Amino acid sequence: MRYLPLTPSDRQAMLGVIGAKSIDDLFVDVPAQARLDGPIQGLPNHASEMAVERHFSELARKNMTASHNPFFLGAGAYKHHVPASVDHIIQRGEFLTAYTPYQPEIAQGTLQMLFEFQTQVARLFGCDVANASMYDGSTACWEAIGMAGRITKRTKALLSSGLHPHYVSVAKTMAQYTGDRLDTALPELSAQTDSARLLDVIDDDTSCVVVQYPDILGRIEDMSAIAAKAHAHGALLIAVVTEPVALGAIKAPGEMGADIVVGEGQSLGVGLQFGGPYVGLFACKEKFVRQMPGRLCGETVDADGKRGFVLTLSTREQHIRREKATSNICTNSGLCALAFSIHLTLLGEKGLRELASLNHALAVQAADRLSQIPGVELVNDSFFNEFTLHLPKEARPVVRALADRKILGGVSLGRLYPGADSLSNGLLVAVTETATSADVETFAAALQEILT
Amino acid sequence: MSSINQSGWKPEMGSASDSAPATYTGNKALMLEEALIFEIGTAGTTGVDLAEAPKVASRLGNLERHRDIGLPGLSEPETVRHYTRLSRQNYAIDLGFFPLGSCTMKHNPRLNEKVARMAGFADVHPLQPVETVQGALGVIHELAHWLITLTGMKAVAMSPKAGAHGELCGILAIRAALTARGDARSVILCPESAHGTNPATAAFAGYAVENIPATSEGRVDLAALKARLGPDVAGVMITNPNTCGLFERDMRDISDAVHAAGGYVYCDGANFNAIVGRVRPGDLGIDAMHINLHKTFSTPHGGGGPGSGPVVLSAALAPYAPLPFVDKDGDQYQLVEEETAGEHHGSSFGRMVAFHGQMGMFTRALAYIMSHGADGLRQVAEDAVLNANYILRGLEDVLEAPFAHSGPCMHEALFSDNGLADGYSTLDIAKGLIDEGYHPMTVYFPLVVHGAMLIEPTETESKATLHQFIGALRSVAQRAKAGDPSLKSAPKYAPRRRLDETQAARKPVLVWREPEHAVAAE
Repeated sequence: MRYLPLTPSDRQAMLGVIGAKSIDDLFVDVPAQARLDGPIQGLPNHASEMAVERHFSELARKNMTASHNPFFLGAGAYKHHVPASVDHIIQRGEFLTAYTPYQPEIAQGTLQMLFEFQTQVARLFGCDVANASMYDGSTACWEAIGMAGRITKRTKALLSSGLHPHYVSVAKTMAQYTGDRLDTALPELSAQTDSARLLDVIDDDTSCVVVQYPDILGRIEDMSAIAAKAHAHGALLIAVVTEPVALGAIKAPGEMGADIVVGEGQSLGVGLQFGGPYVGLFACKEKFVRQMPGRLCGETVDADGKRGFVLTLSTREQHIRREKATSNICTNSGLCALAFSIHLTLLGEKGLRELASLNHALAVQAADRLSQIPGVELVNDSFFNEFTLHLPKEARPVVRALADRKILGGVSLGRLYPGADSLSNGLLVAVTETATSADVETFAAALQEILT
Repeated sequence: MSSINQSGWKPEMGSASDSAPATYTGNKALMLEEALIFEIGTAGTTGVDLAEAPKVASRLGNLERHRDIGLPGLSEPETVRHYTRLSRQNYAIDLGFFPLGSCTMKHNPRLNEKVARMAGFADVHPLQPVETVQGALGVIHELAHWLITLTGMKAVAMSPKAGAHGELCGILAIRAALTARGDARSVILCPESAHGTNPATAAFAGYAVENIPATSEGRVDLAALKARLGPDVAGVMITNPNTCGLFERDMRDISDAVHAAGGYVYCDGANFNAIVGRVRPGDLGIDAMHINLHKTFSTPHGGGGPGSGPVVLSAALAPYAPLPFVDKDGDQYQLVEEETAGEHHGSSFGRMVAFHGQMGMFTRALAYIMSHGADGLRQVAEDAVLNANYILRGLEDVLEAPFAHSGPCMHEALFSDNGLADGYSTLDIAKGLIDEGYHPMTVYFPLVVHGAMLIEPTETESKATLHQFIGALRSVAQRAKAGDPSLKSAPKYAPRRRLDETQAARKPVLVWREPEHAVAAE
């Protein structure tokens, strides 16, 4: 039991100091019928480090990894190369094994990092302020809808059909219980986004319009008209960014009038990790800051007048306001925020723009190559690093057939929209800097073979 | 857990200053000042080499970005140094004793980091075909089996992302179960000593929240609870062991009374580490309980997350568990998502997150659990409780321990600031401990005690560490009782002195701006 420093003689001596005859004396308040006499049956006893490692190695081998196979999945989680120094820094014990910075005098490292992170996110999204992170993009999206409701005192949210279906599901789960009304629709396999419908239905009851940018099918559209109409009706525009690397190439949502911008930060620094932990990004206009959920780090001075940082505006939060808090969130995603921030610092403006150009160029080439396959059509006019193909048959079995050939060939819309026949031939393909031209060729050849 | 200053502490500004001459850099040997990336980086610098992009005609929908983003870059060596310097301004478990009550700051084994980084777990996409992720699903299934068995419950929902998110899962399951039987109830009861997340969660899920008082011995007032139960009460949220560090002796009676009144029992499992392997919450009549993998099962806190909050459920609530989750069919694992919900899990209240939960935390927690095994986990609880009682006994003659006579404490010991000199409070003791080289305990929580100090040593501390800490805290407490003025200017040796939190909140500066634009928001 290598993690336990007390020896049997320590335990005896300590029981003596406490005045207890045995350890059982310290558990006397547990009702007799609930006390267990010994270790729980049916579970193995302790194991060596080597034995545990071996067990995990065996399980890990059963998974097809993204880096060792041609890989084209996206749909809210993207494979980007993460520089080695990111993982090195986040494993420093001073970051890894610290707590939420409640004692700021001995947590300036975490606090300054969060202040830098907040500034990076705000600038990337084109917003005034950002918070210190949320769990992930999907929960940040629901929190933004709730925040819009508090600001507008309205309960009707219009969700673009281009919003990630899992984000829609999360919002639906919560809306069942909060009294919010959600207006949603299925996307269409066309180059046109959902703007026309949204512009049509914004009214004086609307709390917010939620638009993903680029959307779930990869399409990119100017949100300015939606922002203008929303504002004219006293509603807010919430933009959702699931691929922040795109913002190295396209306009920031804030530039187009978005009031709240949320996103998934996984693309930078975090890695795929089978879906989590990820990092939710949350930014907004300064005038809404007191309605924001989550931790906020702010600048101040210490007793000697030196600049320092603290958690602030905590009167919004559960540990002070309890049932009147803006959210129940406590622990967020600090270490993933650190990874995001380090990666973005390494890239800088120049690197992010180059990374975005590279992603877009490779995606354009791949889209052209794949849409040459007979029967395969490119749905998008516009896209960043992810686009939708219309296949001549149902996409879900095609993805499985590709996996049988050791190719991870995108996400079928059948997986994302089970039961939606109009979408079942759609295949989402993401192409990042990690995809080689040989990977694209292998994918194209296999896809052609499977389709004929 | 939170260290809260309920009294609105206002620091004394600019009092004591160092008599030693200032250095040119502002550094003090190994204590190195570090500027912000916005002050040292430039837009034209990058620490990443990328291939040149092939020339293509852009298809960005005429939305090319023209404005500067304003992101500074640093070269790789500058980046590594920047963050390494920042890291050295943090206290951490790896550096020393971190007795933050209710937060369970125990050693984080590096084996867990190693297995989480195996490509088979870290480098797989959540939407890969399930045939290609059988090992990853296997990890989730194995961990689920441990959690169900250790708690004696029927099922577990793995997707919640942290403790508070797990609370939400449990409350939504209760709400779904009540809705299914056509029984609209509107109130959740929480003890006064509850974590702030409990009432916040209940409100987030659309419930009115009412407090249940505590008895003078620091436990839930069973009579008051019974008196309040009725057809409008959906459930209660009880923390057990509670935030006063005591086991709720009447837990079984509480559960029976709530069930008899048609409600459900939610248990905040933040303190499960005190009883793991010795008590199964399922034997206490609990319907739902979240488990903070980042507390009981030692996944790192990371300076504020990521956490992970699986929720174990009773047979009554199991049908309402959120999607997705992992099932085993023969020797194949299946991921039950929306599409099969109609067939097997039609009562699920829905999805809580985009994907399947905190995989990176599942691998770490399972590695920790397997390392300890059934026998080791029981020892974990015993040592955590032994260490806390040792601290209680070592301090109760210098600090008031309001519940020392309510029975042995569990994994944490609670003290108040009654008996300090006039004008001295818990905050001064906390800041004095910083100078002694410790992270302070949780302060001003729970709210039921004046100037609360909640000390949780955990099982991964040696007798010698506890001994030295007791000595240090006794010394600081004596100074606070004697009214030693030097304690008011603590910390003196930390990277920063006391920080002006009032100014930070009154004129929030939440992002960096170029100095000429640096105007605080009104």
